[in-house]
Amino acid sequence: MPLLSLRGVSRDFDVSRPWLDRALEHEPRRFLRAVDGVDLDVNPGETLALVGESGSGKSTLARLIVGLYAPTSGAVSFSGRRMQMIFQDPYASLNPRWRVRDIIAEPMRVLQTKKEVSDLLRQVGLAPEDAERYPHEFSGGQRQRVSIARALAGEPDLLVCDEPTSALDVSVQAQILNLMIDLQRRLGLTYVFISHNLAVVSQVADRVGVMYLGRIVEVASAKALFSHPRHPYTRMLLDAVPDLELSGRPRTPVAGEVPNPLDPPPGCPFNPRCPHANERCRTEKPAFIDGVACHAVAEGRI
Amino acid sequence: MVAATLTLLCIAGALFAPWIAPQNPFDPASLNLNEAFHRPGSPGYPLGSDDQGRDLFSTILYGARISLGVGLASVLFALLLGVSLGLVSGYAGGRIDAFIMRVADVQLSFPAILIALLVDGVARVSLPGVVQGSIAIPVLILSIGVSGWVQYARTVRGLTLVEREKEYVQAARVIGRRPLAIMVAHVLPNVLGPVLVIATIHIATAIITEATLSFLGVGVPPTEPSLGTLIRVGNDFLFSGEWWIALFPGCALVILVLSINLLGDWLRDALNPKLR
Repeated sequence: MPLLSLRGVSRDFDVSRPWLDRALEHEPRRFLRAVDGVDLDVNPGETLALVGESGSGKSTLARLIVGLYAPTSGAVSFSGRRMQMIFQDPYASLNPRWRVRDIIAEPMRVLQTKKEVSDLLRQVGLAPEDAERYPHEFSGGQRQRVSIARALAGEPDLLVCDEPTSALDVSVQAQILNLMIDLQRRLGLTYVFISHNLAVVSQVADRVGVMYLGRIVEVASAKALFSHPRHPYTRMLLDAVPDLELSGRPRTPVAGEVPNPLDPPPGCPFNPRCPHANERCRTEKPAFIDGVACHAVAEGRI
Repeated sequence: MVAATLTLLCIAGALFAPWIAPQNPFDPASLNLNEAFHRPGSPGYPLGSDDQGRDLFSTILYGARISLGVGLASVLFALLLGVSLGLVSGYAGGRIDAFIMRVADVQLSFPAILIALLVDGVARVSLPGVVQGSIAIPVLILSIGVSGWVQYARTVRGLTLVEREKEYVQAARVIGRRPLAIMVAHVLPNVLGPVLVIATIHIATAIITEATLSFLGVGVPPTEPSLGTLIRVGNDFLFSGEWWIALFPGCALVILVLSINLLGDWLRDALNPKLR
């Protein structure tokens, strides 16, 4: 029984011009489909990573999961007690005029959970005295620790993390990741971990979902995905990762750009950039079969 | 610190006027036309006397009291109205936002004085004459306040639009706080800084608006002159050589407004935790 399951979740954003302009120029309303029919299950205790380029709908999907956005269609069902979210920018996710004590105590007050601010601070590697300080007195990594403490104060079983380390220095990234892994082990948390950094994902994820233009194109265990990527887009992403072992493997840069989501290509959204695309790919949307949405894979061409 | 002391001095002078001032200019018994137009420095008249024989120093203290009171109260009223409408407008967005902002646009297309005159005029016509004397000042406060809220609403709306998108607001929503609680507890403290600065400048504007209304005969009753009224009266005598009647109330007004502005700047820095 999955902790969280998404069925056919889509989200459109109204990007129409103001009503008067539209009426004068006989323009229709325009919608941007940021997330397009996503099916996803998250099992208790696991870390599911969502990867993809900018504009692939990762962050929108995160906000759909925690309920900051309502889905245009489809359903999000959550069987746990509560979820909390950790945000990308540690400089914007803490109210600059609140003391750390009040920031961490807010979920307890609202959700009636019984925790101690000093315990939470110790859990995330800060000192209890830090409770009296303001967010601007902390470094980026320490602020992200405060964010994590605030999320834990709500006693969540699911934590949705929207690129929690991408705004941090590389040296600090590892510390925060280790803290999150440690907390998961001790508290039995489930993570939905959003990132565009494949190195980070390979370190934390049990399973990985690859997103492209609002759709999930491949889901596999981290091990399988990194050793045997199936979808051409996943292969392209992995080929671009720098090789630390200096094995001499040729690195291929990611070719092309994400198409304009206002005007997505017909058929498979990846077909303009795909080396294996044929006539079917340009006209028909691939169904999600056995962990991957690709005609070429389904037909056994690759 | 200097600003705070100066402002406190002004406010104290205005507040304790009855105890500091040598005479009560509002008491008809103190009017003595024989004592009119004393030059500054005359015995018993440190800043001279006006055309009614009132001691100018006392009149300034009492006048500052009315000016400051009306200014503060009307700004407070405008602030309350403007900030709450601006917050709702910026946070709710959509139709509510469009409605409030269109009302603001319509109001901005009239001069503030005209709106104050309109509110004042309507109040005068609709209320019986007996109560008019006693409600003149509240009506004045209301009319200046109503004419000034747009500035606050627009500023607060703009700032709220920025703050609303920040992640700490989303974090509060994930926690499950109601929109009203987020507006008051999270957004309001972060938009208040610029508003306070506007408010202090607005106090000066409000005092001038009040003076203008008094000049037009719809403001403070002539028996209880404010600083603005005094300057206006002094203006009539400026060219006949009695320069002090306009000059000293004018100086008092400048010092009052300047010190309030300095106080506003100091307040802004003091309220910013990053500078503490």
